Amino acid sequence: PCPPLTPLPSAPLQDIRNTVGNIPMEWYQDFPHIGYNLEGKRIYKPIRNKDELDMFLEKMENPDYWRTVQDKMTGADIKLTDEQVDLVHRLQKGQFGDVHFNPYEPAVDFFTHEVMIHPVTNRPADKRSFIPSLIEKEKVSKLVHAIKMGWIKPRKPKDDTPTYYDLWAHEDPNSILGRHKMHVPAPKMKLPGHEESYNPPPEYLLSEEEKLAWEQQEPAERKLNFVPQQYRCLRAVPAYSRFIHERFERCLDLYLCPRQRKMRVNVDPEDLIPKLPKPRDLQPFPTTQALVYRGHTSLVRCLSISPSGQWLVSGSDDCTVRFWEVCTARCMKTLPVGGVVKSVAWNPNPTVCLVAICVEQSVLLVNPCLGDKLLYGATDQLLESYVEPEEERVQPVQWVMATVEEHSKGVRVLVQHSKAVKQVTWHGKGDYFASVVSDNSNMQVLIHQTSKRWSQNPFRKSKGLVQCVLFHPIRPYFFVATQRYVRVYNLLKQELTKKLMTNCKWVSSMAIHPGGDNIICGSYDSKLAWFDLDLSTRPYQLLRHHKKALRSVAFHKHYPLFASGSDDGTVIVCHGMVYNDLLQNPLLVPVKVLKGHVLTLDLGVLDVLFHPTQPWVFSSGADGTVRLYT
Amino acid sequence: MGGLEKKKYERGSATNYITRNRARKKLQLSLPDFRRLCILKGIYPHEPKHKKKVNKGSTAARTFYLLKDIKFLLHEPIVNKFREYKVFVRKLRKAYGKSEWSTVDRLKDNKPSYKLDHIVKERYPTFVDALRDLDDALSMCFLFSTFPRTGKCHVQTIQLCRRLAVEFLNYVIASRSLRKVFLSIKGIYYQAEVLGQPVTWITPYTFAHDHPTDVDYRVMATFTEFYTTLLGFVNFRLYHSLNLLYPPKIDGQADVELKPAEGKDYAMDSESYLEKLSALSASLARVVAPTHEDEVEMDEFPVEGETAEQMDTRKKEQEALEKHKKLFEGLRFFLNREVPREPLAFVIRSFGGQVSWDKSLCIGATYDVSDPSITHQIVDRPRVEQQVVGRYYLQPQWVFDSVNAKLCLPVADYFPGVLLPPHLSPFVTEQEGDYVPPEKLKLLAMQRGENPDEESEEEDGEEEEEDDDNEKEEEEEEDESEKEEEMKLKKMEEQKTQSDKALPVKVTAGKLRLEDRQRLEQEQQSEEKRLAIMMMKKREKYLYKKIMFGKKRKVREANKLAAKRKAHDTALKEEKKKSKKARRA
Repeated sequence: PCPPLTPLPSAPLQDIRNTVGNIPMEWYQDFPHIGYNLEGKRIYKPIRNKDELDMFLEKMENPDYWRTVQDKMTGADIKLTDEQVDLVHRLQKGQFGDVHFNPYEPAVDFFTHEVMIHPVTNRPADKRSFIPSLIEKEKVSKLVHAIKMGWIKPRKPKDDTPTYYDLWAHEDPNSILGRHKMHVPAPKMKLPGHEESYNPPPEYLLSEEEKLAWEQQEPAERKLNFVPQQYRCLRAVPAYSRFIHERFERCLDLYLCPRQRKMRVNVDPEDLIPKLPKPRDLQPFPTTQALVYRGHTSLVRCLSISPSGQWLVSGSDDCTVRFWEVCTARCMKTLPVGGVVKSVAWNPNPTVCLVAICVEQSVLLVNPCLGDKLLYGATDQLLESYVEPEEERVQPVQWVMATVEEHSKGVRVLVQHSKAVKQVTWHGKGDYFASVVSDNSNMQVLIHQTSKRWSQNPFRKSKGLVQCVLFHPIRPYFFVATQRYVRVYNLLKQELTKKLMTNCKWVSSMAIHPGGDNIICGSYDSKLAWFDLDLSTRPYQLLRHHKKALRSVAFHKHYPLFASGSDDGTVIVCHGMVYNDLLQNPLLVPVKVLKGHVLTLDLGVLDVLFHPTQPWVFSSGADGTVRLYT
Repeated sequence: MGGLEKKKYERGSATNYITRNRARKKLQLSLPDFRRLCILKGIYPHEPKHKKKVNKGSTAARTFYLLKDIKFLLHEPIVNKFREYKVFVRKLRKAYGKSEWSTVDRLKDNKPSYKLDHIVKERYPTFVDALRDLDDALSMCFLFSTFPRTGKCHVQTIQLCRRLAVEFLNYVIASRSLRKVFLSIKGIYYQAEVLGQPVTWITPYTFAHDHPTDVDYRVMATFTEFYTTLLGFVNFRLYHSLNLLYPPKIDGQADVELKPAEGKDYAMDSESYLEKLSALSASLARVVAPTHEDEVEMDEFPVEGETAEQMDTRKKEQEALEKHKKLFEGLRFFLNREVPREPLAFVIRSFGGQVSWDKSLCIGATYDVSDPSITHQIVDRPRVEQQVVGRYYLQPQWVFDSVNAKLCLPVADYFPGVLLPPHLSPFVTEQEGDYVPPEKLKLLAMQRGENPDEESEEEDGEEEEEDDDNEKEEEEEEDESEKEEEMKLKKMEEQKTQSDKALPVKVTAGKLRLEDRQRLEQEQQSEEKRLAIMMMKKREKYLYKKIMFGKKRKVREANKLAAKRKAHDTALKEEKKKSKKARRA
């Protein structure tokens, strides 16, 4: 805003001076006068009867219109002089009002760096500069008081350098506390090996593949946390970029890692091996492969031997049954049966020459017509002497006489089941035999009597999928192996006597010691469980000798031997001594691993069998051969 | 019966442990302070045996401390200092906020500080305990002393670290206790035997550090704070055990020698003192003037139940040690400017040698290059222009290898520009069955005093190696199936018969049989073993397999190294032959 105009020098001519003072002039808007002059008379507003038109005309006609302003105090129009207009212009530009004022005059140094002998001003010193200040005195006294009271401490002489002295001058044995004994000192850093050298022997340097493998490993997995490198001279060795990292990691280990005393197992591995009697002292047992019986074209699933030990019968997937002479490996007879042979069993009665063969849904009773003519003639007579009973009995199976054609081949009787038969086994006396049907009902196990051609179903209820069954050699017991349990039934009392837990997933086969008190069970999860029936219902020992599923197990009749055949193609013969003394536990020692069978279709040995009198073992395999080890 | 039954997690092992957070709350400390306290007091977490029980049924990952440890921390005076420091920081911040500069000054002057002396004493009740834990302290101090004087941590800390490290080096020189040195790609390892305790430390190569960002320097600084205190006290005690002055003074005569010829002062007194000390060229002043009768023969006190043989071996060891200590005695070294001065000067002086360097390189040079009495000059250049007659020009590795071998090695392998023999780690002691590099075998033979022709030596080494290999192979063969062995037998037989056919001379069958029997016996034994292994219990079998796996892996690794070496050697030989042929052509 423009500063209020001072009374103009041209004004004294009229000398109209308003005396209202510095008040807003709007207050006199509604009055005819505008204030009072020195004499106290009213100053009237000039008569203004100009309208818009007049104003316009004046603007157009009056050349000084632009420099005419209205004095608010008197209401009169004033024409600004040239000097005044000039002043207005300069102020608008932000310049000094006075034309003659030079803002850029050369500076005159008032105070200089040189000490002057005279004071700059001639002003005499104040009185207060001669008397002590009260305020200061008060402040000082406060500080003194504070120092006295110990509120302000005097400045300590600064000494950063730590002072050292003989800290362990008086080593006090009492200062070793319990916590020092409990303290686990941090293990020291591992000392560097040859590979960390700047110039290691050449074998410690990593090859290209090793380097690549090292790079792909996780940093935590790496055996070395650096890549060995070779430099020709010490001058060429660079700084190690992870040096600070490694120190830092050590620091972290020191304060973050839980420490623990770990007892190292310092065992001589030889001490861990159990001391067993030497196999040499446990002879006889089969050691080498003696004969190979070739002829079958497909897997040989099952084996059986005549009680005299002269003849061997084998059933195969090529739908034939072959009879062999044991000593010569000659195939005496081939019997085509028109179906896969699942199981064969030679009658254990030496006076009867009869073989039971499982073919699909029927069990064939075959007279092989081998050996003593009197003997097999007698067997035929025995079978023919059967007389049909008067009344027809309801039977779970059908007993059918063989046709003439079949008769000429040797087949005497067919026992036809409702479903496929998977196992057949004879009772020790040779009159009864049991068959297992792959079924899920209570009709899985059937017991047949040959002399009376009479079958019965011993169980009312099914207890699971039956894998195999077995007669006790002496007592009227009957063993039924389901997937995980072996049940022992008393046939006379018709009750369950025992239930053995095998601790296996799936039992494949079972064999009983000729003494009748011990059972071995092979399972598909490659375990062999030895049960002592007098001891407990849990296995006395679980042998994990095989690497793959066990297919069959067998006991020797006279020698303390048992064998197991497995899918890994081996037969393991073990010494299994059972003592008459009840207090002494059976002694189990593996004595021989017999190899020979070739793996075909991931199957190895399918059946094992001991010779009834000699310490020989037969094995049949998936490669279509039967082998004899002596 | 009186008393209330305690609840499930208020008894047993749950009461022995405390989680980190609870411990922190109990001590009323912030996490960084708690961490600092744990570092200073050496408290570490514990892993409970039954984590779930201690963790009140939860399986979340938590750090547990022993409650006893935390109770022990409660009485620590340092905890109060931490709190004071917290208050100080608060006051200071307030004063800054109000721009009360005089208050700021006053507060800064009265900054609370603490000492760690009592903690050192408490953690290491005896001096030997402290020596046992010196490894990390030394490595850390040597690392910190190489840090730049800006940024990362306080300048005072760095200076202190440097001072302590130099003092320790001077002690090692004075006591001649250095035993092993190793130039690795990470840095230089030293091992000294201080009062019967092996102390190992590593120093980085002297280059500027590339400071990593993922490292917490506060943790390192806290460790260093403790380590400097520890090392200071240890140094004091060590110096006094040798009757040396502490803080160390340079010996009077040497001091005069060290004074620079120019009249102007080299630097401020305090600075030049440390530099002179760190030059490692002057001996230190003793409290009592050394007498030459110091080396008194040790009296022999036969220990009960010790045989004469053992005494003899002990005596021999003692003699060997004395000899080792004086390895470089009487030799005068000169270091060229391209070799690392400090490590070499340290090593040479620790074994009694005299050492000097160019005057412009560092303070403390005692003689000039032109000194005719110099016996060895250490050079790390491919060739030397002006050779002075009467001295060996050698690469620095010679010094380190000689120290590790405990004898002055033949110099021929270490001339400038020559391809150096490998530098082996002195920390490896090969056990039976480990791979031993042929250089090591050579060295061992040399130490035994044998010094036959080199080539025969090499062959010997190779033969030995081969023998080892054979043994290993045999071991391996045991595990192979007998079938393969049978096959081998068959092959051997066939070869024999063929040779029979070819030559009219008969080979007696008896010998063959004899071998057969041995073989058979071996086979039988191995089979017996295999069968016995089958009968092992599951747990024992697992352990046995683990042990055997470890053994086999060891053998495999050794074999691999041997094979690599063999391949390398054959390649080298072929190259040599080729070059020879080329030369002839």
